[in-house]
Amino acid sequence: MLARQLVRRISSANRSFSTLVIAEHNQKEVTGGTLSTITAASKIGNDVTLLVIGSQAEGVAQAAAKIAGVSNVLHAKDAKFDHLIAEDVTELLLATQKEKNFSHILAPSSNASKNYLPRLGAKLDSAPISDIIAVADKDTFVRPTYAGNAIAQVKSSDAVKLITVRPTGFEKAAVEGGSASVSAAPEAAAAGKTQFVSEEVSKSERPDLGSARVVISGGRGLKSGENFEMLYKLADKLGGAVGASRAAVDAGFVPNELQVGQTGKVVAPELYVAAGISGAIQHLAGMKDSKTIVAINKDEEAPIFQVADYGLVADLFTAVPELTEKI
Amino acid sequence: MKILVPVKRVVDYAVKIRVAPKGVELNNVKMSMNPFCEIAVEEAIRLKEKKIASEIVAVSIGPKQSQETIRTALAMGADRGIHIETDLRTDQELQPLAVAKILKSIVEKESPNLVICGKQSIDADAAQTGPLLAGLLDWSQATFASDVAVEGESLTVTRETDAGIETLKLGLPAVVTADLRLNEPRYATLPNIMKAKKKKIDVLAADSLGVDLTPRIEVIEVKEPATRKAGIKVADVDQLVDKLKNEAGVV
Repeated sequence: MLARQLVRRISSANRSFSTLVIAEHNQKEVTGGTLSTITAASKIGNDVTLLVIGSQAEGVAQAAAKIAGVSNVLHAKDAKFDHLIAEDVTELLLATQKEKNFSHILAPSSNASKNYLPRLGAKLDSAPISDIIAVADKDTFVRPTYAGNAIAQVKSSDAVKLITVRPTGFEKAAVEGGSASVSAAPEAAAAGKTQFVSEEVSKSERPDLGSARVVISGGRGLKSGENFEMLYKLADKLGGAVGASRAAVDAGFVPNELQVGQTGKVVAPELYVAAGISGAIQHLAGMKDSKTIVAINKDEEAPIFQVADYGLVADLFTAVPELTEKI
Repeated sequence: MKILVPVKRVVDYAVKIRVAPKGVELNNVKMSMNPFCEIAVEEAIRLKEKKIASEIVAVSIGPKQSQETIRTALAMGADRGIHIETDLRTDQELQPLAVAKILKSIVEKESPNLVICGKQSIDADAAQTGPLLAGLLDWSQATFASDVAVEGESLTVTRETDAGIETLKLGLPAVVTADLRLNEPRYATLPNIMKAKKKKIDVLAADSLGVDLTPRIEVIEVKEPATRKAGIKVADVDQLVDKLKNEAGVV
């Protein structure tokens, strides 16, 4: 115990207090979640270094150098890290940490970061903090627990803090205004324990669910996948994205990446329309921070009406097309 | 193949929790097995039914009542249980890193080839224990699994990603965490609940394992989330459109 404290004191004396943000991108630009994470990093008050991973991400790295608040960009070009295999990315992050000695390592909260960041925690003997929604100071953060029904303020005693950031908790950093330099990330060997086989990525021309200004979500009440077409029409008219409840995903109406809730994506758009969604605790966890919530449900006792700013008790099969037409 | 399945006792998913300043009220609240742990247990049992798994060990860390959670796993089909007893609150004081270190010591004792956990517990919502354990053991890992197939010494896992699904091939031993869509857990039948009472549960004190359980993250305060102001019910679509345009100004 004493030895560990001593080691910590020595290592913190050498520490430069800088923050690493691991960027997520779509090969063209960093995600909105990454921009929110940069804002969270700025609130911690350190220098911010952005790590862009991907052999095809040269353009992303160059563009990221202009993001306000970023002082350095590291680009890991090696194709072996392209699929973000946890075992391999952890080696890259360990090599980067060994060379740069960051005090904070942040990533936007996602299935990707929740895969590799805890593994890094095991290697650095640091307890990760998931899904922060506010920064109190460099050691103290706010995070939701119990599906967002309890908000905990937590203080970390670890020398290196590993944090995933819930994008809806922070404004997005401006994509212009910075002038960082881009350099190569440290080399690392892949762990080689796991091979990527294949992926199926849903192609969508609509805005990304996590950062859309408007989200139209459907639940069990839609009755079939074909009926979601109605929601797509409304979403297109409003320039929004389509989401779903767990019931709609489980029933096979839509793919899993559209799920909004405690175990799916967390969204906080300006307008959230819930059609045919009862409003279980687990669903509310993913959308109750939306600015305006509209509920369309034929059951006037549905719990969704307790969080809705505007509730319409009606059959969604007539109300949604009518809304699409009149809006 | 031997499979270890960590299971957690949590406040039942349907309970509306009450918030107290030092943590959520746990007295006189219905507790049950974390839903993702049920899915993990189910997957292990299915591998046993396919004759891939030879033995399933369910392990739970927590107060005495965690044995009820282990009994549930045994009634579903696990072979035996290990209870690591601690009075630390498992929703905030006993943290994923310490849990992973305890599980590592159990893995070293039991030598399973595969550990299947839930992807997250619905109380702390951390989603860390599985990958932490894989990192401590330096094993392969697959989180958010929606399909698992064992072929000899390797594992083919389909994972739910942010943009869709991906398939990975892992070497064994490995840690897999279960997503919602991996399977539909079975209900324990009454005869199996009775039989489960005869299955063995080893009990160990958490502080006898040589693991430092001190929380690295201190919970300073727990608060209720901000409440939304009450909404209104509109009479028809016209009124809804009017409110969205003129009152909320969002369209």
